Order: sequence, then structure tokens, then C-alpha cells
Amino acid sequence: MSHAEDNSSSSGSRRDFLFYATGGVGAVAVGAGVWPLINQMNPSADVQAASTLRVDVSGVPVGTQLTVLFLGKPVFIRHRNGEEIAAAQEVDMADLVDDNARNPNAGADADAADSNRSLTAFNGENTGEWLVMQGVCTHLGCVPLGDGAGDFGGWFCPCHGSHYDTSGRIRRGPAPENLPVPPAVFVDETTILLG
Amino acid sequence: MPGKRVISIAATATLILSTGAADAAGGAGHVEDYAFTFQGPFGTFDQNQLQRGLQVYTEVCSACHGLQYVPLRTLADEGGPALPEDQVRAYAAFFEIYDAKIDDWRPATPNDHFPGSNLENAPDLSLMAKARAGFSGPYGLGLNPLFRGTGGPEYIASLLTHYTGSEREEFGAILYGNETFPGGYIAMAPPLWDDQVVYNDGTPATVEQMALDVSAFLMWTAEPHLMARKQMGFTAIILLGILSVLLYLTNKRIWAPVKARAKSGAPAR
Amino acid sequence: MSGIPHDHYEPKSNAGKWLHKRLPIVSLMYDTLMIPTPKNLNWMWIWGIVLMFCLVLQIITGIILVMHYTPHVDMAFASVEHIMRNVNGGWAMRYIHQNGASLFFIAVYLHIFRGLYYGSYKAPREITWIIGMLIYVLMMGTAFMGYVLPWGQMSFWGATVITGLFGAIPFAGDAIQTWLLGGPAVDNATLNRFLSLHYLLPFVILGLVIVHVWAFHTTGNNNPTGVEVRRTSRAEADADTLPFWPYFVIKDLFALAVILVGFFAIVGYMPNYLGHPDNYIEANPLVTPSHIVPEWYFLPFYAILRAFDSDVWIVIFFNFVSGGIIRADFFGVVMMFGAIMVVALAPWLDTSLVRSGRYRPMLKWWFWIFIVNFFVLMWAGSREPTAAIANVSLIGTAYWFAYFLVILPLLGVIEKPLPQPKTIEDDFKAHHGKADDTEGSAAAQPAPAK
Repeated sequence: MSHAEDNSSSSGSRRDFLFYATGGVGAVAVGAGVWPLINQMNPSADVQAASTLRVDVSGVPVGTQLTVLFLGKPVFIRHRNGEEIAAAQEVDMADLVDDNARNPNAGADADAADSNRSLTAFNGENTGEWLVMQGVCTHLGCVPLGDGAGDFGGWFCPCHGSHYDTSGRIRRGPAPENLPVPPAVFVDETTILLG
Repeated sequence: MPGKRVISIAATATLILSTGAADAAGGAGHVEDYAFTFQGPFGTFDQNQLQRGLQVYTEVCSACHGLQYVPLRTLADEGGPALPEDQVRAYAAFFEIYDAKIDDWRPATPNDHFPGSNLENAPDLSLMAKARAGFSGPYGLGLNPLFRGTGGPEYIASLLTHYTGSEREEFGAILYGNETFPGGYIAMAPPLWDDQVVYNDGTPATVEQMALDVSAFLMWTAEPHLMARKQMGFTAIILLGILSVLLYLTNKRIWAPVKARAKSGAPAR
Repeated sequence: MSGIPHDHYEPKSNAGKWLHKRLPIVSLMYDTLMIPTPKNLNWMWIWGIVLMFCLVLQIITGIILVMHYTPHVDMAFASVEHIMRNVNGGWAMRYIHQNGASLFFIAVYLHIFRGLYYGSYKAPREITWIIGMLIYVLMMGTAFMGYVLPWGQMSFWGATVITGLFGAIPFAGDAIQTWLLGGPAVDNATLNRFLSLHYLLPFVILGLVIVHVWAFHTTGNNNPTGVEVRRTSRAEADADTLPFWPYFVIKDLFALAVILVGFFAIVGYMPNYLGHPDNYIEANPLVTPSHIVPEWYFLPFYAILRAFDSDVWIVIFFNFVSGGIIRADFFGVVMMFGAIMVVALAPWLDTSLVRSGRYRPMLKWWFWIFIVNFFVLMWAGSREPTAAIANVSLIGTAYWFAYFLVILPLLGVIEKPLPQPKTIEDDFKAHHGKADDTEGSAAAQPAPAK
């Protein structure tokens, strides 16, 4: 602005204020215009709405598994029988490869005890009947086989031979972590809300 | 100043003439200029009216017409009908939709859209309030829509309330006399009669009341972000207005010494 | 770049010198930004900045829309609704892009009218003018193809009718139309190529805009007097001009801010006012809208296109002379493109030695009739094609061509121009030396001696 000469100092400061005010409001206007350009790349309303899924589990008999697609990945919902629950609860924590529950519902630091992995029923009791977890092997992302597959009666990943027990915890093979539990909760007697 | 004249004349003329296009589309008959709550610079949707309109759509219109572009979940949206989420779930489950993934029909969930039309000649209503122009002209100058809006919801409400009662048979189909519909005869039989629905909030269900409610609802389906849009317009106008004033003062201040020297006859620089 | 003497960038720091030796980019930016600009420019010289803003706005919002749009006949319409309903702020992007096209054309028409009135097309600025007209034609193509993308009824039928123009070309017409569409009718192939070209052309326009700016930075700006900036000495050049920054940048930004107030009033409160309701109905090849009209900015040319039917004597004449090869439809197409061509040829059609319309008492009248005629044609283009409207269009078309082919060449011979100011400085002083000039109090004091 070297060409806009002005002589008196008082009008000089007034001039400076005017220039700063103009620049400031201009910057606010540009900022207000730029934000929507960035925000539009965030997940749209339909994608956000798809980030939760209600699953009706009334038709899942004891000892079977329901697999649903959630956020593009399979989720195993297993209605475990007494044997499976007992087998999962008997495991000594020292035998586990990964001693973290990998369950955000139980907290980040919860240990891998079966009670920290199974889902609490609608009445607030955790009988261990329901086990919900992502069906994605923590090694390289294959989908493990279920229905008692593997040496520990839980799941077995055919890609590189990882064995998971009846609580979905890694027991043998290259996978480093237990199968992760997604955010899940019973919203009534027979409906699980994922996400 | 010829310059200024060009700006003002051309800009106004452009704005006015340009809607000659919209004018031609209408060709509609009589359209009543109903007042809606969502009109005007600060107008908002009336949540109760949208819920009543949804009821009229569900109990009457949906027998033939669809809303295929409207996601059911948006019924819970703030600023829309704002139904509680469990009600939206229950409402969605009324509709059976075809799911290509399971190759079968299943009850709809909030993440699905309303079904499309059931009848070949019943148009989808999702965008009807923007796809019809109630007001046009005069003489293709576009002044009516400039001051009264394009009149989509007014057109729908007028059409529903301006059946003449006459009938005519054409190519084996019965057409019903309507003062609003272009051509004067419409294939849709008069769909509304008094007390056809029972409003929960006790509003008397007259034909006009139902027509207005469903028109408001269809304006929401066509333009769900109407309120956010007006808010953005208002904010932008205020912000840019302040910026204009500041830039005007800055411009004046920068030019002042130059113009002063021109006035005093001093050397230019 | 400029032939007008002015300051050049001198790198002061070592880093500056290092860069300047290798890539004089700072110098280029300095010369562009500090270009000496005639200080008497009036408010019609703001449209260039507005147009630059529009181009950038359309490119940015367009890139965003394409992230969410699906170019397929079954999904295009629904994907636009997805943008309007689901994408964060998508409705705003879409409405701004849609109405941004209208702002773009309002600005370009005023920019062109400014050039016509003040003789900006005359030597030595012919290249600037020609490049400008080229940009305008590309804008029309881009806007036309963009209008097809939402795949509404007017998109589909507009595309059908306009590509049909090429079918009117004798002998090769059908082959050309099929080649343009990628099939016998507007369909998926058409939609996809239109998206590709709609994305490409704005960048071609951007390139041409740089050439356009380069050209008039070489010749210097025209100004309301049409008198050239004095270049014989530095002092004289300084007396006629001011650097672009900050004087004209701030002035233009002020104008832009005011225009954007109006723009956002439209976007916020009546975003569909300039659009057509039929485009909210998905394209249907089986049902034609009762009345097909293009967007407002094409209407004058649409009127010219429709003005010629086989009963017009000139059509009968050409039909006879060509042995039936030139029919009414092809003649209309030729006239429509011809109407743009004659504007581009204005530099060689105008014979007057005086540049600015300000000092041309007769041109003034013809010019304003031309402007009114433009709006009459626009109106005629929007109406149902009755016989009366066809006659109005025909008269309007005749005047359009007469303005460039008869009036401009003739006026140069018969018109007696008014006296022009000797210099831009004189004009500026005449404007601002008036006693009733109410400038700020600080400025009213005598300027300090240098």
C-alpha cells in the first residue's frame, strides 16, 4: 500500500484499523467458504446412517452362528451352548497369546477373560450365551471358519492356520490378536444394536 | 454514467426475462396463493403440519404414488417431521421392499427409501413441489415467481382442492374436471374428502386442511434442507454486506490521495 | 509484459536473487499484479475479476460435485438427489454451481457489452477480443453439457434438440449427430462423454483466460475514453496510470462482494428461480415436455435459431440457389453460429477511428438499441413459437446482423465524433476536480509535497 500516502499519524492508525478490519472480515468470509468444501468429503448422511445395524437374533438357536455384514465386514453372532461357554471360561489366562479383551464395550484395558468378551443380555446379566465379534482374522484379514473349527473348538483361519478358541481368542498360529468385538448392545430381548 | 446504467438495466432485465423459461412450463390453470409457514426469509417448516402431511400421504397418496428419493430415516431429522426414531422404525416396517442382496422382499428399515409409485401413471412425488410451477408470467417476464415464489406447493394444494365435479371419458379412461391442472381434466379421481383421516392433534380434517398439510409435507420431501439453505443465505448476505462496507471504505481511503491530487492539480505521483 | 514503462521487480535478498536467476516467478507475479492500469476505469471494468472468480468457483464446486455424482442414465438423477439430501452441504454446492453458471453468464454478457460500447475490440486489442469470444463459445459448450448431467427432462430434451442442430448439416448431418451422441439417440454414451468434456473444457477455458490476460497486459487496458496511455516517458505513464494493486484490486473486490450479496440472496432464497421445474423430473425418452426451452443465457441465440422457417424469403432464396441443399433448419443453425461469428469480427467491421462510444453520438443510440434487442430476443426465445414471436425474432435477428455488418462499417464514415480528452490524466481530473466532489476529510486537505 505504499502508494496510498497519508500524512497525519492519527488518520494513519485509523487507516490501519480499517485495513486490518477489512482483511480480517475477508479472511472470515474465505474461511466460511472453504469449510464446506472440506466437510463435504466426510461421510454423507446415508453412510453415517449405515454405521449402525439392528440385528434380530430371536431366530438363532443355541449352538449356531449368525453372520451379518456390518460396515463392509462380516460380524459373527454366536449363540453359544453350555459346553462352549464352559470351555471358554476354563482357559487359564497364562495360556493366552493376547491378554487384552479387544472389546470397546468392556474398556480398553479389560483382560481377555471370557466374561469381558461375551455380550451382556438385555436384563443386565452376562451368562456368556452371546458372543459377537468381527469375523476378520487379525493376521491378514481372511474370514475364519466357524462351528467348532480349529484345535480349540472355536474358529480356524484357513489362510495361514490361526486357531481361535470358543471365545474368539487367538491360541495358535500367526495372528497377533484376539478377534475384535465391535460396539454392540442388546436394545431389547432379542435385538442387538451394532455400532 | 452509461456504465452504471448498463449494470442496473442489464442485471434487472436478465433476472426478469430469464424466467420466461419457467413461465412456459406452468401452463397451469387457477393456482391459489396459499400461505405456508416455510415461506418468507425466516420461514420454517411446521413440524406438526409435516406430521399431519405424512399421515395424509401414508393413508391416501401412497396407495398409488411413491417417494423413491426420500430416505425413511430423514423422517427423524431435525427440522423435518422429527418423529422419534422408534416410530420411524415402526413406520418403515409397514413397507415391503425388494432387496437385491437377498433376492427377496423384506420389511423396510429406516435406511431404505420410501417405495416408488405403484401405478404406471402416478408420478413419483419426491420432487413434485419443485417440479411444478404454480406462478409464472406475466408475459414471460418472470415477475410473479420473483415475488411469490415458483409456487410448487401452492400448485399441489390448489390441484387437490379445485376439482369441478365434472367428468369426461377419453380413450376409455375417465378424466376428472380440475381448475388447476393444465388442460382442465386430470386422470386422478378426487382423492380427498372431509374427515378422510383422523388427525391425532385434533385438527379438523377438511379437504383444504389435508391438501395444505400434504403440500407442506411434499415441499419438505422436495427440499429437506430448506431451512439450512435460508440460514446460509442470511449468514452470507450479512457477512458479505459487512465486507462490502469495509471494502468500500478501504477503497475510498486508498483512492482519496489520488483524487485529492487530481482536484488540487498537483502532479499525479 | 507491458509496453507501458513501470517499476520492475528487483530481488533484494540473496535467496531472492538466487531464485530470480533460475525462475523469475516473483518477477512475473510482480509485473502482473503491479501492471500500470488507466486510472479512469469505471465500474464496468470489474467484470473481469467477477469472471475470474466465477471460473474458479465453478471449477472448485464442480470438482466436488463429481466426487458424489454417478454418470449413468439409471443413476445420474438419483445421484444428484443424493448430493442434495445426503452429502454434507451438498445442496449448497449444487445450488451454487447451478446458479454460478448464471452469474458467470450475466458477467460475461456485461463484459462483452462493455467491450462493444467502449471499443475495446479495436486495434491493437483484436487478439484479446478473439480469444475472449473463443472463451465465450467454450463457456456455452460447457454450460450446455453441464445442464445435461442432472438427467432431468429438460436435460434430456435439451440435449436431443441441440445435438439435432448438427443433424441439419447437409449430407454429413446424421453421421455427425450419431458421432456426437455415440448412438442413434441421447443415451448413456452421450451422458458419459458430456461429463468428460464438461470436466475438461473449464481447464481449457482457464488456459485461454491466461492468454486473454497476457494479451491485454501486452497492449494495456482500454479505458472509458479509449485514449491510449502515454508511453513516451515514465512521468507521463505515471500520470495516466496507477498500479493494479492495490487500487483496482480493492475496487474490484468491493464490486465482487456486492455482487455476491445478490448471488447468495438468490442461492439462499430462490435457488430454482432461474432453473426449469421440468428438470426435477427424471429424463424420460418417451415423454417430451410441452415446451422445450434452454437456460436463459442461450435464449437470444435460440430465438435466432427459431426465427427461420421455410417461408422466410431469405431461406427461400438460399434454398433455391443451393438447389434445395440449404433448408430452413440448416439456415437457422448457420445464422445462430453466424451471430456469434459477427461479434468476433467486430474489430474489422467497425471503421470508426474513435474507440470509445462516449465520443460517438450516433453509435450510442445504435448500441442501446442493440442491448434492448438482445433482451427482446431473449424474451422471444422463451416464448411458445407462434407466428408473432417468429416475426419478432426475425426482426431482432436482422438488427443483430445489421448492427455488425451495416451500422458499424457505415457509422465510421458518416458519424462526426465528439472531441476526446487529450490524455487519461485530463479525463481523470475532469471527473474528480469538480467542486461538489465529496471525498473523505483527510483527503480533502492538500496533498503533501513529494
